Amino acid sequence: MADEALFQFLHNEVIQYIYKSAEYGEMENGRCITKLENMGFRVGQGLIERFTKDTARFKDELDVMKFICKDFWTSVFKKQIDNLRTNHQGIYVLQDNKFRLLTQLSAGKQYLEHAPKYLAFTCGLVRGGLSNLGVKSIVTAEVSVMPACKFQVMIQKM
Amino acid sequence: MAVCIAVIAKENYPLYIRSVPTQNELKFHYTVHTSLDVVEEKISAVGKAMADQRELYLGLLYPTEDYKVYGYVTNSKVKFVIVVDSSNASLRDNEIRSMFRKLHNSFTDVMCNPFYNPGDTIRSKAFDGMVSTMMVQTS
Repeated sequence: MADEALFQFLHNEVIQYIYKSAEYGEMENGRCITKLENMGFRVGQGLIERFTKDTARFKDELDVMKFICKDFWTSVFKKQIDNLRTNHQGIYVLQDNKFRLLTQLSAGKQYLEHAPKYLAFTCGLVRGGLSNLGVKSIVTAEVSVMPACKFQVMIQKM
Repeated sequence: MAVCIAVIAKENYPLYIRSVPTQNELKFHYTVHTSLDVVEEKISAVGKAMADQRELYLGLLYPTEDYKVYGYVTNSKVKFVIVVDSSNASLRDNEIRSMFRKLHNSFTDVMCNPFYNPGDTIRSKAFDGMVSTMMVQTS
């Protein structure tokens, strides 16, 4: 499990670095989340290209979401999404009861206000992956009790 | 051995196109452009014919009198088109498939390059080298 810790530490340091440089560099706080999300976006695009190299073609949107929940999540976080819900009209909710990047933070409500920073990169990851598969979307995350969290994916229809 | 190889982005503009006889290049550009229609047709046909293989390799798109055109679409809707000479001892399906596999692998590497922005033309030496090995050698 050594390589998992590597990514977690790097991820935490990236977040610290972005917020520190925001303090010194007169940048508004809201931009940090955007920066993290954009990083995740580019990474997601490259990752999806690699992971879908050998998989069969996807039949429809639901197929794509299931791929994200199972194979993609397993390759990145070594576990699957625990629950996928949809309203069949372009909104999907991915629920992870033990999100790997939050388990080290706390096991309850402590540090809840800092949780969004740690979810921004993953939101970008999902958005980048979906965009490369031809699905335009907006991904947001919410967390009420750590380490469980929900990612909401809103598909943009052209 | 291919005569022309092209990589086309999801929005249907070329990311990379290279052909061997450097004169008459326009003819190959035109051939690749028309083959896009056939690719679109095949992709939309997959949706209707449920008992389809769902493979990425599309096979022979259409034969002209001089050339045969083969297609392949990745899951990220990037299309690879290979044009081979008909007069050449016809390449077996497996060889074409392996050429597409090599193209896909190199393309994935290009995608993961942090200096490459998705949507730009491909300017990688490694990709060029790999394509050169697959093209007809003219002395």
